[in-house]
Amino acid sequence: METMLAPLVELLGPAWLPIWTLVKIIAIVAPLMISLAYLTYAERKIIGYMQVRIGPNRVGPLGLLQPIADGLKLLMKEIIIPSGANKGLFILGPVLVLAPALAAWAVFPFTETLVLANINAGLLYIMAITSMGVYGVVIAGWASNSKYAFLGALRSSAQIVSYEIAMGFALVGVLMAAQSLNLIDIVKGQEGGFWHWYWLPLFPLFIVYLVSGVAELNRAPFDVAEGESEIVAGFHVEYSGMAFAVFFLAEYANMILIAGLTSILFLGGWLSPFPFLPDSIIWIGAKMSFVLFLFLWFRATFPRYRYDQIMRLGWKVFIPVTLVWIVVVGAAMQTPYGYLFH
Amino acid sequence: MEFKTLVFYVLSAILLLASLRVITARNPVHSALALVLAFFTAAGIWLLLEAEFLAITLVLVYIGAVMVLFLFVVMMLDINLTELRKGFWNYLPAGLLVAGLMVLEMVMVLGGADLGLAEPAPLPADYSNTKELGRLLYTVYVYPFELAAVVLLVAMIAAIALTHRKRGDTKRLNPAEQVKVKRADRIYMVNIKSQKPEAPKEDE
Repeated sequence: METMLAPLVELLGPAWLPIWTLVKIIAIVAPLMISLAYLTYAERKIIGYMQVRIGPNRVGPLGLLQPIADGLKLLMKEIIIPSGANKGLFILGPVLVLAPALAAWAVFPFTETLVLANINAGLLYIMAITSMGVYGVVIAGWASNSKYAFLGALRSSAQIVSYEIAMGFALVGVLMAAQSLNLIDIVKGQEGGFWHWYWLPLFPLFIVYLVSGVAELNRAPFDVAEGESEIVAGFHVEYSGMAFAVFFLAEYANMILIAGLTSILFLGGWLSPFPFLPDSIIWIGAKMSFVLFLFLWFRATFPRYRYDQIMRLGWKVFIPVTLVWIVVVGAAMQTPYGYLFH
Repeated sequence: MEFKTLVFYVLSAILLLASLRVITARNPVHSALALVLAFFTAAGIWLLLEAEFLAITLVLVYIGAVMVLFLFVVMMLDINLTELRKGFWNYLPAGLLVAGLMVLEMVMVLGGADLGLAEPAPLPADYSNTKELGRLLYTVYVYPFELAAVVLLVAMIAAIALTHRKRGDTKRLNPAEQVKVKRADRIYMVNIKSQKPEAPKEDE
């Protein structure tokens, strides 16, 4: 690849690096946008069949053009800014939700070589960037100047901050096992087939991470931030048209990101589960699809949690579980059985 | 001008403006958001210094957690701004004195060789900031580090104890008891004989 592009490098000179990086960014964001459009389609279809319905089937063959029709509809709708809203912040809100959701992909390794920026503290970077997503929600809720939106923002921020701690602790276990913050090294630490992936030695942390991930996404059964039955739609109740669509995009981009992180940290990333098949990007795609399917399945299956139950689960169940397992892993590493956790 | 220097000046300008907005903004929510921006730009400047662990931790801890709670509180408060700004000129001399002392202290600590803005030697590519910091914290500085952790723990327990005094108006739930509830505890069946409703009277 690099040798093929050599004449281009000479032609563009110093402008080459920014242009090449931009091309790579587009190469990540464009497929991401398409996959999140079709994730909405998959969600409607899968939940539809789980509830013995057919789901979208009118636009295009099998309803396959539905996400595009939805996108066009949202693009053409008017963006209404409430008269009492804080205009600047009202527009900034959705941007601040989407930007971290996309920026986090900068360090995401699709294979050992296919990564935009292979940085040492990759995992830390993702945690830091995703922790900023809550600002968009808070700002949107506050700037809307609406009670429902404000309540939704408060619920969402409290929930995200609480579950971030459990999630961070779950990641500490992965760091201890992999002894690195670099995402590529973390995957390499899981080499050796299905039974060597971290989901097995770190099983409690895997479950905590998966469930906290759903809570971080404000998705069912933890979707009290937008609870339609009590606060209409939560923080984005005042948003319409494309501004609303941006919130939607960010939610699905975050879903794919959490699914991707789960597959990298606990399910061996691009590593093949069988020794006779080669490692490839297809595996990480399959694993991400599996986790995404779980998210949709949760939504179709579980009733919504009560708010105090959510808080209890985060603080009183998940954090102690992660702390205990971190101690277990740390102690086991000092014994001859330490190899089980590497 | 080198690209890195340009980035430094842009970030510094944003940082200064954001910090100014923190104290000049009329709306406390805007102030808090300006502080978020200031933290983020400061993290960018630290990245330029190749202190990536500190920079990312700044974003993670201060922006991702501390400022969210700040914003949370500030948004819910109904602050009277004129009341807050009343004593500005009275407090100014004291404020200037504190600021002056802080500048003096910083010059004394950082002064001399460090004020010459010498470029730090570039580190090798495989140098891991995180590992070095961890090694240093848990070897050379282990006692101060543990001491700081204990101080934080005490402060945390004190804060929880202060808010968790008996208030009387808080309702507690016991999830274990809630889970144990049987159908019979909540509903009982009543056998009501079926009755035939009276036939509606026909209109005359």
